[in-house]
Amino acid sequence: MKKIIAAGIFGLSLATSGLAYAEPVKIGVITTLSGGGAGLGVDMRDAFALAMKQSGNKDVELVIEDDAQKPEIAVQLAEKMIQSDKVDLLTGIIWSNLAMAVVPNAVAQDIIYLSPNAGPSALAGAKCNQNYFNVAYQNDNFHEAMGQYANKDYKKTFILAPNYPAGKDSLTGFKRYYKGELAGETYTQVGQTDYAAEIAQIRDSGADSVFFFLPGGMGISFMKQYAQSGVNIPVMGPGFSFDQDILPAVGDAALGVKNSASWSKDLDNEANKAFVEAFQAEYKRLPSVYAAQSWDTANLILSALGKASVKDKDAFRAALKAADFKSVRGEFTFNTNNHPVQNIYVREVIKEGDVLTNKIVGTAFEKHGDAYAEQCKM
Amino acid sequence: MSIALLIEQLLNGLQLGVMLFLMAAGLTLIFGVMGLINLAHGSLYMVGAFACAAVAAATGSFWIGLVASLIAAAAAGAIMEVTVIRRLYERDHLDQVLATFALILIFSEGTRWLFGSFPLYLDIPPLLQGAVPLPGGGQYQLYRLAIIGVGIVVAIGLYFLISRTRLGMRIRAGEADREMIAALGVDIRTLYTVVFALGAALAGLAGALVGALQSVQVGMGEPALILAFVVIVIGGIGSIKGALFGAILVGVVDTMGRFLLPKALALMIPAAQAGPIGAALASMLIYVVMALILAFRPSGLFAAQS
Repeated sequence: MKKIIAAGIFGLSLATSGLAYAEPVKIGVITTLSGGGAGLGVDMRDAFALAMKQSGNKDVELVIEDDAQKPEIAVQLAEKMIQSDKVDLLTGIIWSNLAMAVVPNAVAQDIIYLSPNAGPSALAGAKCNQNYFNVAYQNDNFHEAMGQYANKDYKKTFILAPNYPAGKDSLTGFKRYYKGELAGETYTQVGQTDYAAEIAQIRDSGADSVFFFLPGGMGISFMKQYAQSGVNIPVMGPGFSFDQDILPAVGDAALGVKNSASWSKDLDNEANKAFVEAFQAEYKRLPSVYAAQSWDTANLILSALGKASVKDKDAFRAALKAADFKSVRGEFTFNTNNHPVQNIYVREVIKEGDVLTNKIVGTAFEKHGDAYAEQCKM
Repeated sequence: MSIALLIEQLLNGLQLGVMLFLMAAGLTLIFGVMGLINLAHGSLYMVGAFACAAVAAATGSFWIGLVASLIAAAAAGAIMEVTVIRRLYERDHLDQVLATFALILIFSEGTRWLFGSFPLYLDIPPLLQGAVPLPGGGQYQLYRLAIIGVGIVVAIGLYFLISRTRLGMRIRAGEADREMIAALGVDIRTLYTVVFALGAALAGLAGALVGALQSVQVGMGEPALILAFVVIVIGGIGSIKGALFGAILVGVVDTMGRFLLPKALALMIPAAQAGPIGAALASMLIYVVMALILAFRPSGLFAAQS
């Protein structure tokens, strides 16, 4: 009997030591789940949770909290997750101003942060950090792609963005590659809902095209008002204003608009097909670019967990940097500043049956990094 | 800069003003009659927009949606008054602000719970789509002209309601002396509920009209609410006439500021800086105007007698 018990204890200790190797991992997800920007955060959270569920990895525990799109709340949540939840990794923030409030502080405490969306220029350049990985893009990227694309057809573009850091990054990015003349350059208020005054100026400017970056509800308002204004100048913009989360609200006004993004649901690779199918089956809606980036973030984390312990920071960072996962965006590697090197595509809004969605019509950049990597000393 | 552009911008300012008037009229009426600061007025605007979008999507008709928005906002307002607001009349303004702020949160999360986090689709009815030619060779969106028309009709209607009807008489009496009209046998509780529902319906109408122009989403009411407060402070709290003039002043000043300030600055400093600086100054302009008006007329342009 004693022998049996002893054997049992021995066996148990073996089993527990085996478990100790696959230790539990806590991931803090701070994202926007209430307020006007909640659609983006919900897509982020849903895709992340689905990727974790599909992996069958039982050791990962998610701590998900709502930042209400407010920097001060995001900062409090990050502190709480680091101090009392003792998370190993942080991720989830959608908005650049929130990322600027949270990321520098978190990475200074040796917490690894993976960005599924925001990519402010400051964090890509001088303030880059070995603990900060951006799995989405640097903010300028999509706008640069549109500037590059505009050279083909247009000579006189009217450009428009909200008056805040990401808006200025946007127009800077566009102008970095655009060679034509500007018919006008206008900054609008953040959260502005009426664009009649701007549309009147566009009408008067003699432009041959309009480029705008107005994320979320701002873009919906602009497109609806533009379509009814009687102005027929073609518009284009980064994919944010023409993505799956807002196309239903814009309606047919968006048909035919060219926009840029690193991902589209029709990108031809195995990982993407599986992702789109799984997301649709689980949530009964099409995924957005935010969902795609979040899915990639989750799979990048999973790939690194398979290689190294999250407690061994150096090994884990190296495993992340290898980017050894199947990205839904096809080829994906990290630049020297831990920001993506990836293709940026030009998409067109089309109608599939009754559903508005995007299809790829061209490639603006292949293996595109960002303009700030040189300033990053890591 | 052409004459057509100037006319178009003036109409834009007028349209924004008219929309603000619909919001501000209810807000100022409620404050004037009941002495209540209602922060949740923006939520009623949101209720109107969501009701219109949901009913229009279900029935395929914007007009049925518009009627639904009036009913839904008035009903939401009446329920709000009976369950919560009624308890606040005797309290001080801080309690009112706290309670109605809580209502904003309840309405926002309730709407999200019902309709989800993604914006709804609401389109302009076919009858009002497209643009019409303007004198001077420009074009103007027909739907915006229609909003201006609705605003003028509502302003005239409110004028008659308040100056010519029995309800209007009671509202005026209620503003002047609450205790006295209660002592004269007027059912003040019902009067308050009716005034509140009327103000709510106007906010709902504004929400539905504007919902077709922009995105119908949770939190859409608060930016409009802030402007509506600026309007009633400029116009004189409690005065419908003040709300009308204040709204048009704010609408025109805001639109013209956004349009002209960056251009004016570009004459003095390089264009690359004039854009962002002009935009930043333009966003402050209405508050500067408000401060100036308050400096010379501390109780607003058309202060109600108190």
